[in-house]
Amino acid sequence: MNELAEIVSQNEKQISTEWLRDMEKSTQRADLIGKTELEEQCRRLLNAVVSGIKTSGSADISLPGWNQARDLLVEISGARARLGFSSSEVATFVLSLKQPLFSAIRRSGKGTQDQLFDMVWMSTELLDRLALLTTDAFIAAREELITRQQQELLELSTPVVKLWDDILALPIIGTLDSARTQVVMESLLQTVVATNSKFAIIDITGVPTVDTLVAQHLLKTITAARLMGAECIISGVRPQIAQTIVHLGINLEDVITKANLADAFSLALHRSGRKIVREASTQVNPISKLFGKRED
Amino acid sequence: MERIPVLRMGPLLLITIQIDMHDKLALQLQDDVTQRISEWGSTGVLIDISSLEIVDSFIGRMLANIAAMSRVLGADTVVVGMQPAVAITLVELGMSLPGVRTALSVEAGMELLYGASSLTQSGIADERSEA
Amino acid sequence: MNVLKRELLPLKSSNDVVIARQRVRQSSIGLRFSLVDQTKLVTAASELARNVLDHGNGGEMTVEELANGSRTGIRLTFEDWGPGIANIEQALTDGFTTGSGMGLGLGGSKRLVNEFSIESEVGKGTKVTVARWR
Repeated sequence: MNELAEIVSQNEKQISTEWLRDMEKSTQRADLIGKTELEEQCRRLLNAVVSGIKTSGSADISLPGWNQARDLLVEISGARARLGFSSSEVATFVLSLKQPLFSAIRRSGKGTQDQLFDMVWMSTELLDRLALLTTDAFIAAREELITRQQQELLELSTPVVKLWDDILALPIIGTLDSARTQVVMESLLQTVVATNSKFAIIDITGVPTVDTLVAQHLLKTITAARLMGAECIISGVRPQIAQTIVHLGINLEDVITKANLADAFSLALHRSGRKIVREASTQVNPISKLFGKRED
Repeated sequence: MERIPVLRMGPLLLITIQIDMHDKLALQLQDDVTQRISEWGSTGVLIDISSLEIVDSFIGRMLANIAAMSRVLGADTVVVGMQPAVAITLVELGMSLPGVRTALSVEAGMELLYGASSLTQSGIADERSEA
Repeated sequence: MNVLKRELLPLKSSNDVVIARQRVRQSSIGLRFSLVDQTKLVTAASELARNVLDHGNGGEMTVEELANGSRTGIRLTFEDWGPGIANIEQALTDGFTTGSGMGLGLGGSKRLVNEFSIESEVGKGTKVTVARWR
């Protein structure tokens, strides 16, 4: 095992040159990562591998001696996942070290054929394990990225807008599932408190289907708002959704529903003691008003 | 024994719950409110729970009971200032407090109670003028 | 799964229920639960602690702070040595009550947590374990 470490550290320069050349041929993504950075990563990984072999004396990378190499690989693949590398590109980074390493072993010419074979086998085993670790780390980083993006998307997709003093609107677009409902519910209720709004209009024009579960989620939001002292109005109920609601036997009797946002808004205005009045002057066509003089 | 203060404000009773109540304290409050309504002839009860961090089924039931008992004694009850997290939890727990009126703030709650009492007063006045 | 912290609290009086609630709140703030998650867990703890007191003649609560990979959570165990529950399924139904409550305690708190399990033996006692993850 130590012989392997020796070969690697003695031929470090040549191995890394060949390694970089190999990668250039296959998968060096010059568009995503700079040459100096890649060289730096290769150098650090080779050093970590040498110290891993030396301190642990084994190709079992779960041993504490391999901590440095493991941390480094996790860091590199995490960074690459965020940069947009594919999983095979990330694995190839480690696997393309094989050929330069084998050549170095052959060139060293140390020991018998059996010993050479053992050394090659050991380095294959080692690099395969490191490549698997890289892929795992890559996937973990990607998953984390996806979870974070999902969360961001959830928060982005629920804008609560103020229509008037006392009146809020929440246009929902897309399917409502449990996770999303919780975010929707929280942001609506928080805005109700923050703006002290008595009315909240939930517009479901952009919700493709309303099944029992979605209806239940809506009802929960409405009940929670009522407990806080605010009133909810559902608007944008399309004809086919009205039909499904009745067919499914969902009870929306205690809920005020309106066909469109305008109706819901005017109801909220009415309930808060307001009225929209058309001013006398606006009855004149504004265009003819603008050009009034010419017409005269 | 510690008690939650019940304040008198004209025809209304004002209660602000600011501590994490244990069950006996909640039951005591229920007694106090009914006692005060009949003593002072209050027509409205306003309970501010804006500083309550949780409402479990016991406190929920206490609020519902106060509302129901006050109604029997001729007073309206409004619960004001329930926090969003508390409301979401209460709904998930399965409590919607159907008989309890709510408002966003003390101000809005007072408006609700004064509105209700002025209505009954004007109703009486109308009857008198007709007579 | 690692247990980062474990604490045992007695549930003998209605004041202990208040202390138990505050202890659960403290843990959930420490693990940076969202406000809604905090409130849900504390409410569930309050329901279950009251059950121990009212139906189990007192008992104890164990609070455990957990770590599972990158996730953190809180596990609460409520144990009493009271009469036990004969029909668990019935006890979990909303509206079922043996006492003067609304019968939302068990079923309701189940909806407020991510994991819920109950063991009970008539004449021996009841053990309810719940967990909520961040």
